[in-house]
Amino acid sequence: MIDTIRQRAKELLESGEIKGFLGLAEKYGHIAPHLFSDADELDMLCLGDNNSPGDARYPLTKYLTNIAKAYPEDTFGILVRGCDERALTTLYTWNQLSPNKVVTVGFACPQVLADACECAIPYPAEIVAGDKAEGRENRCVAEVDALVLTDRFSYWMDEFVKCIKCYGCSNICPMCFCNDCSLKCDELVKSGELPPEIPVFHHTRAMHMVGRCIDCGLCEEACPSGIPLRTLYKKVNSVLDEQFDYRTGEKRGKRSPLNMLDT
Amino acid sequence: MDYRTVLTTCTYCGCGCNFFLEVLDGEPIGTIPCKTTPANKGKLCIKGWNVHEFVRNDKRLKRPLVRKNGQLEEVSWDEAITFAATKLKEIKEANGPDSIGFLTSAKVSNEENYLLQKFARAAVGTNSVDHCARL
Repeated sequence: MIDTIRQRAKELLESGEIKGFLGLAEKYGHIAPHLFSDADELDMLCLGDNNSPGDARYPLTKYLTNIAKAYPEDTFGILVRGCDERALTTLYTWNQLSPNKVVTVGFACPQVLADACECAIPYPAEIVAGDKAEGRENRCVAEVDALVLTDRFSYWMDEFVKCIKCYGCSNICPMCFCNDCSLKCDELVKSGELPPEIPVFHHTRAMHMVGRCIDCGLCEEACPSGIPLRTLYKKVNSVLDEQFDYRTGEKRGKRSPLNMLDT
Repeated sequence: MDYRTVLTTCTYCGCGCNFFLEVLDGEPIGTIPCKTTPANKGKLCIKGWNVHEFVRNDKRLKRPLVRKNGQLEEVSWDEAITFAATKLKEIKEANGPDSIGFLTSAKVSNEENYLLQKFARAAVGTNSVDHCARL
């Protein structure tokens, strides 16, 4: 699979179609995000599998946004899984990236990763390598929803109380691109105070993830306290799916129903 | 254009968290916690997450300074080290080794901390050694 992806990236780089290819590389004995600017470097390319499939994924679309802001005229290639593509679609919709300046090289996640992520669409639209795995429903949400209200409230409060306010969930998030962040707004979250007020801190972020979260799960992987953030954001997004038939990142140009005040 | 992700170790404490500094055209623009490192496994604290912001901070000390006539002045390493060594010797001779205490740092390596306590005990002759984590 990796050879097919390497070949495609090589073609794109050598044809001059892209200025660089943003992917993952094995370097310094670790797996790192890397901008390949020369086809000779592609020997280092890897897919983010360390001990298990996809356990060393990074928000490449976030880094692409940083690069594209500095070099808006250049076209870049990027390695994408299903979640990365949902991120791109949403970033296009929110004018953070220009679709005609991005060339994707997509691959399908294996079934074991799709199962672990409970990912609805574990593959991008165009696949260079890998076989499509089956999408999965959110069992983690159903499990919490099955609790009676008081138990459910206790469950979340017991999780939120572990927060050390590192802002890792927001820092790692490919969808966190706002210039003014509500989590840094003194009226909602007091600056310099620890621990953060709960559940305000987490609810503020959860509200902002409605119609924005593309379910990559990187927030949960970045959380030093092991708070099940992915379950929380899956839940808020499931409300949009059920009530408005809206799934974030599925269709380019389609804004969340909560962002359609202008229509 | 030059975009690099550079592996480095956090200087804030002794945990040894690894991250990549996201460097665009020579300027650090972001911190990316390393997911394959045993110390932090893709996680960081709030200080670690913001390391890229202090790298170019104007308040960072980049050269040794010695206070002369009440003003801090940039001097060479030789002058700074000679000044410190001379003063330490003078104080030790005048007031004894226990008139000197050493405070070491969480921002340096284990080995450097070892060296400082060795210097305090063997070279100066005092057991007054402590660490900024207890301040």
